[in-house]
Amino acid sequence: MHEMSLAESILQIVEDAAAKQGFKRVSEVRLEIGALAGVEPEALAFCLDVVFRGSVAAGARVELERLPGQGFCLDCGETVPVMARYDACPKCGGYQVQATGGTEMRVKDLLVE
Amino acid sequence: MCSVCGCGQGEIEGHDHTHSHEHPHGEPHYHEHLGGLHYGLGPAHAHAPGLSQERMVRIEQDILGKNNTYAADNRRYFAEHGLFAVNLVSSPGSGKTTLLVKTIALLKDKLPVAVVEGDQQTSMDADRIRASGAAAVQVNTGKGCHLDAHMVGHALEHLNLANDGLLMIENVGNLVCPSAFDLGEAHKVVILSVTEGEDKPLKYPDMFHAADVMLLNKIDLLPYLAFDVDQCVEYAHRINPKLEVLKVSATTGEGMERWLAWLTEGVDVATAARQQNVNLLKKRIAELEVQLAAKG
Repeated sequence: MHEMSLAESILQIVEDAAAKQGFKRVSEVRLEIGALAGVEPEALAFCLDVVFRGSVAAGARVELERLPGQGFCLDCGETVPVMARYDACPKCGGYQVQATGGTEMRVKDLLVE
Repeated sequence: MCSVCGCGQGEIEGHDHTHSHEHPHGEPHYHEHLGGLHYGLGPAHAHAPGLSQERMVRIEQDILGKNNTYAADNRRYFAEHGLFAVNLVSSPGSGKTTLLVKTIALLKDKLPVAVVEGDQQTSMDADRIRASGAAAVQVNTGKGCHLDAHMVGHALEHLNLANDGLLMIENVGNLVCPSAFDLGEAHKVVILSVTEGEDKPLKYPDMFHAADVMLLNKIDLLPYLAFDVDQCVEYAHRINPKLEVLKVSATTGEGMERWLAWLTEGVDVATAARQQNVNLLKKRIAELEVQLAAKG
């Protein structure tokens, strides 16, 4: 969803950092995207390629680290692995699972010159 | 193009973008960075191996962090003015605008009501809202698929909102993207009409998870449809066990009382919170004046 907006936000974060720290070129952008963040990695990579053109990050490699999904099942009272946001609890089959990990969308670090 | 403030890509009615306007949030304009976007002219990977002067820069920033900052600004604005802000989301054609017009007609004599209208194009909806007697500003997102907090912040400048009232933000008709963008609202309200499928909560779970209230609209049409209300509500609660469900028909007015009561209660709470804040500030001022007098 809305990967183009996210790509533009990522470029903005990169350009803000470039203005503050005075680097001229970014060769790699490392992102952390949780499995439950609702982001399609391929669509995001496609949008970033377009958005980065003509910027300090033109041609930069994009490393996308997927963080695993995790939830707390209210019925079981424990943390369980979650593949997709609204899946049933793998232990009890109930739907009272609140996402506790894997919703992150962060720019982690950059390799710059 | 800029989907953060809507300038260039989108536009706010009556908002002239040929001037370089001051940014209310103290941030430079995003699209200015992109003004010289030249496709295909970026530098190639030309540096020789071994001569690289690469270094790592830690960033650790939320990608939606900027939107969330604007949302926090909006939320503070709403609190300071005693405004109850709701973000109305749905697919296109669920009857959002008709519901708004009806809501305004029933509420406008009781409390101040204003509307921010989000659409990709045209000011038709804002025109409809104004005709119903409420202040409205249209935000056209252009290519954007959702409103963001920055656009809403701009829109607020154009509304001259009265204190202690209701602000309804009608988002772009889209059941996916608006779920991720906090506008500073008190609640997201998702509208699902019974002419759609009852399985929409499962198909578009993010939105039903992000919402606090679901309005099941067009219930006057139920006799003519195979829509299973109980099944729909069960699916919605599977995604969001706390989701409050209100069944309404904007056309016949059925069920509107509960919806209006929910809105009015929200305005009452926002008003009381503002009043309490004002009282606390007055008390603090009085205390400081006593301290000053003692020193003088």
